[in-house]
Amino acid sequence: MTKSRLRFLGQSWLFWLAVCMVFLVVQWVMMPRMTEFRRTAWIVFPCIMAIICLGLNLIYGFNGQFSLGQWGFYAIGAYTAALITYHWAERISYPVQGIILRVPPLLQKLIPMAEITLFHFDAGKSLVLFIALLAGAVLAAVVSLGFGYIVLLRLGSDYFGIATLGFTVIVQVLIINSDQVIPETKGARGMVGIPQMTSFFWAFLFLILTIVIIRNIIYSSVGRAIISVREDEVAAQAMGIDVLKYKTVSFVIGSFLAGLAGGLYAHLYAFLSPGYFSFVRSFDPLIIIVFGGLGNMTGTLIATFLWAISLEGMRIWLPQGFEAWRFVVYPIALLLIMLLRQEGLMGRVELGFLRAPKWPVPKTLLREMKPQAAPVGAGNPQPAEDK
Amino acid sequence: MTASMDERPVVLDIKGLSKNFGGRLTASGYEGGLWAVRDFDLTVCEGELVGLIGPNGAGKTTVFNMINALIPVTSGQITFYGKNLVGLPPHAITQAGIGRTFQNIRLFPRLTVLDNVRIAYHPHAGYGLFHAMVQNGLFEQRERELTEKAQELLALFNLLDRQDEIASNLPYGEQRRVEIARALAAQPKLLLLDEPAAGMNPREVHGLMDLIHFIRDKFKLTIVLIEHQMRVVMGICEWITVMDFGQVIARGTADEVSNNPRVIEAYLGKAGRRV
Repeated sequence: MTKSRLRFLGQSWLFWLAVCMVFLVVQWVMMPRMTEFRRTAWIVFPCIMAIICLGLNLIYGFNGQFSLGQWGFYAIGAYTAALITYHWAERISYPVQGIILRVPPLLQKLIPMAEITLFHFDAGKSLVLFIALLAGAVLAAVVSLGFGYIVLLRLGSDYFGIATLGFTVIVQVLIINSDQVIPETKGARGMVGIPQMTSFFWAFLFLILTIVIIRNIIYSSVGRAIISVREDEVAAQAMGIDVLKYKTVSFVIGSFLAGLAGGLYAHLYAFLSPGYFSFVRSFDPLIIIVFGGLGNMTGTLIATFLWAISLEGMRIWLPQGFEAWRFVVYPIALLLIMLLRQEGLMGRVELGFLRAPKWPVPKTLLREMKPQAAPVGAGNPQPAEDK
Repeated sequence: MTASMDERPVVLDIKGLSKNFGGRLTASGYEGGLWAVRDFDLTVCEGELVGLIGPNGAGKTTVFNMINALIPVTSGQITFYGKNLVGLPPHAITQAGIGRTFQNIRLFPRLTVLDNVRIAYHPHAGYGLFHAMVQNGLFEQRERELTEKAQELLALFNLLDRQDEIASNLPYGEQRRVEIARALAAQPKLLLLDEPAAGMNPREVHGLMDLIHFIRDKFKLTIVLIEHQMRVVMGICEWITVMDFGQVIARGTADEVSNNPRVIEAYLGKAGRRV
C-alpha cells in the first residue's frame, strides 16, 4: 500500500480537495436556490443530526450498547454552548475583511449570485462559538464518563437502555427547572437570545471531521476491540479486551458527539425549548441508525438525510391536510425495512472511503504457503461422533 | 511425573479450587447449592500437555472458566508462574499469558477471519485511541506489522486464502482452526483448549492431534486440554487428570488412568468392570 505523503487524518489531499468542492457546490450552487427554511431543514439540520447519529451508531451499532441517553447529552451540549455564547459572543468581535469576488454573467447560470465572498467572517465570534461547542461537547463527555463508568455500563444491555432513557428524562426535568439556578435558560419557557451562528460551514466542518474520525477509529485496533464487544463479550474478554473500558470509550465518544451536535443545534434556530429535549424525540436518532443499518456509517448518513428531507418534504409532497400522516409514514417505512431488509438500508455495504481498508496477502507469504500445519479434515461440518 | 516437575518451572498451580452455584453463605461456609467443582488441585509444568477428562457435567469447563475469571471463584488458589490470578478481571488474565478456546466455538461471527485474529493482537497493538484517530505514521507502521503477524499466523493454519471471509460462513473445521489461531494471536504461554475435538469425525480428530503437537512445539506452549472422549486424550496427553462430579478421581499417565477402576466406573457405571 503506497500512499501519498500529503495526508491529514489518514486521508489524502485529493480527499480533502473533494470535500472542499462539495462544500463550495452546496454553498454556492445549491443553497442560493433554496428558501431560508429549506436551507436549514434540508442541509444544515441533517448535518447536525448526522453527527449525533454517527455517535449513537458507534455506541449501538458498533459497540452493541442500546443507548437512549444521547438525547440527554444533546441537551447538555445545547444548553452549555448556548449559555457561553449568550454571554460572550456579543462582547468579543474581530471582523475579518475577506475577498469579494464578482461572478461573471456566464457563471451566474451556475452560481445565482452577483458576488460571492471568501473568508469574510468575525474571527472573535467564531472563536467564542468554537470554544462554546467544545465546552458543550466536553461537558457531555465528562457527564457520560461519570454516569457510564460508575453506573450505566455495568448494567446489561437492556437495563442499560432503560437507565439511559431515565437519564434523558432527568436531563429534561433539570432543564425545565434550571431557571431557579441559571435564570438565563428561562426554564420551561425556553431559552431565547442565543446568537444565530450555526452556518452551513460549521455544521459541514464538524460533520466531516466526525465522519473521518469515526471511520479512523473503526478501522483501527481500537475499533476492532469496540466491535468485538458487540460480537461476543465473553470471547472478547478471553482475547484480552477490557470490555468495560471499550464500552466506556465508545459511550464517551458518542456522547461527546451528541454534545457537539447539541451546541450546533442551539445556534441554528437561536431558540431552545425543553419540549424539544423530551425522551420521545430520543427515538429519532435510533430510528435513523436502525433504518440505515446498525454498524454502517454510509447507511447512517444516507438515512439521516432521507429522514430530514422527507420530514419537511412531506409537507409539500403530501396532499393538503395530510401533514400529520408523516408520523404514520415513518413507522411504516421502518416496518418495511425490518421485514424486507433486516440489516438496514445498507447492510454491510460501505461506500467510498468508508470501506474497510484491504490487506492483500503479502507475496512472500503466498509463495511459502504449504501445508505446514496438519489440516483438520476436509472441513465439512460433520455430525458429532458418539463416544 | 515428579521427575519432570523438578526440572521445569511450574506454569499453573491450582489448589483447593471450589465452585458453588446457588448455595447460601453462612458462618460455617456454603450451605446447600451445587458444588460444580470441589477441592480441585492441578499442577502443570512448562511444556507439558495435560488432559482434563471426565464425563459430561463433571465440572471441567467450570475449572477453565474459573481460571479465566469468566465466573468468580468460590474458594481456592490459582497461580500462574507464581502470580495470583484469583480476583483479576478476565482480560488481565489473558494479557498475563493464558489463552483459551471454547467448547461451542465463539468466533466473532460477523467479522472477517483476518479481523478475528487481529482483535486478539489488540493488547499488543502498540498504539492508542489518539493514534487511531489521526492515523499518523506510527499508526500506519504498527497496523501493518500487526496485520502481517496475523497473516503469518493464518498462513501457518492454511487459512490465508480465507482471510476476507466472514467467520460464520466458514465450515466447522476451519472455524475451529480460526479459533485456535485467534487464541495463539493473544500470545499466550498457557493455552486452554475446551473440547477441541467436539463434533469431529475420527479422521479430523487425527489431524487435530497433529495440529496440537505442532503448535505446542512451534510456539513453546504449555497446553491443558479438556475432552470427554477418552480416545482423543489418550493419544496426545502426557498427563491426565480425571474428574467426576466436581472432584478429581484419578491422575497419571494415559495407561494408568485407563486401567483405573474408578475411571472406568465413572465412564461406564459399576457394570463397566465386568465388561
